[in-house]
Amino acid sequence: MNSKRSTEILVGLFVAAGIAALFVLAMKVSNLGDFTDEKGYEVVAHFQNIGGLKARSPVTMAGVRVGRVTSISLDPDSYDAKVTINIYPQYDNIPIDTSASIFTAGLLGEQYISLSPGADDFFLQDGDIIDLTQPAVVLEQVIGQFLYSTAEGE
Amino acid sequence: MIELLRSLGGWGINTFQRLGRGHIFLMQMLAGVPSSVFRFSLVIQQLFYVGVLSILIILISGLFVGMVLGLQGYNTLVDFGAEESLGVLVSLSLVRELGPVVSALLFAGRAGSALTAEIGLMKSTEQLSGMEMMAVDPMRRIIAPRFLAGLISMPLLAAIFSAVGILGGFLVGHGLLGVDDGAFWSQMQAKTDWYEDILNGVVKSIVFGFVVTWIALFEGYDASPTSEGVGRATTRTVVHSAFAILGLDFVLTALMFGDI
Repeated sequence: MNSKRSTEILVGLFVAAGIAALFVLAMKVSNLGDFTDEKGYEVVAHFQNIGGLKARSPVTMAGVRVGRVTSISLDPDSYDAKVTINIYPQYDNIPIDTSASIFTAGLLGEQYISLSPGADDFFLQDGDIIDLTQPAVVLEQVIGQFLYSTAEGE
Repeated sequence: MIELLRSLGGWGINTFQRLGRGHIFLMQMLAGVPSSVFRFSLVIQQLFYVGVLSILIILISGLFVGMVLGLQGYNTLVDFGAEESLGVLVSLSLVRELGPVVSALLFAGRAGSALTAEIGLMKSTEQLSGMEMMAVDPMRRIIAPRFLAGLISMPLLAAIFSAVGILGGFLVGHGLLGVDDGAFWSQMQAKTDWYEDILNGVVKSIVFGFVVTWIALFEGYDASPTSEGVGRATTRTVVHSAFAILGLDFVLTALMFGDI
């Protein structure tokens, strides 16, 4: 009876350890913790070129994450990229003339949207459009321009 | 020449016969599973032998595999100035591949061989036919609880393996090589996806647990009832499990991550 009891306790510990390991993987290792992002308000920005931006890429302001990209689609009229951004509800005082640029973390890292605040008294609301945008810098284009200009200089 | 053809044909027929027996065995085993759910104390006992006793080897191997990944990955990444990505490298390789595969291989060696030997010995000492005499179905009483225990423990063991391995990678990366710990964890969290990476790893380990336990139980049940036969069956369990794990791993990886 006693050995049966200890067997059961050890099995219970084993299952608990396995589930705890899965939980650690979920919360500590994966981005599942981010899925619980509180639903803020959505704004739209149009970019000429989004480079390697993806849905769920971070949106930052002064380096602080203030939201995430929720979806990316092609605007059928203007042929530019329509990027929908979810901004966390506590950042509800972002001026309406804020500009958005796509930057790269490091030389080859992940791409993200950086917002630089404007000075307007009106704040962005759900469904608003960010007018001032700067497309992603595509490394190949920069290198191409550089090579072209050095060739011209000679 | 005729002799060669005949032996080749005999070998082919035997192979197909074993394959068929194995699948009939699988069906009988699955049919026994529901009744063993209602006698869960049997399953718990087997979980102890199959799962709990495998924890130590899983913990130690996981820790060392993670530490080696940390060392090797650092040496490569530091050339590109990307040593902050060490966390991503360690977590993705463990969660997607090494966790399920290596723990399944260890599981086959530690638990699978023990299952085969146990069942094989039961058969050679005629305990199984004794049970049938007493109108106790060995499929339900012996096989199904062990199968269920293997199926339950494998994903748990793989999760423990991955978690400990990531800890080992962190210990080497941060403690020994001085990678910034914030970057290690944040990059890992940014790049490791719950559905895409971790759940697919869990699915892999469930599939491996299914296959390894099936092979182990079938080899034991099908062993020729001599001490030599039990020994050969145990060897076959480990070898066939390793083949099945690595082959299935390729198929599953192609399905999950290959965009085929």
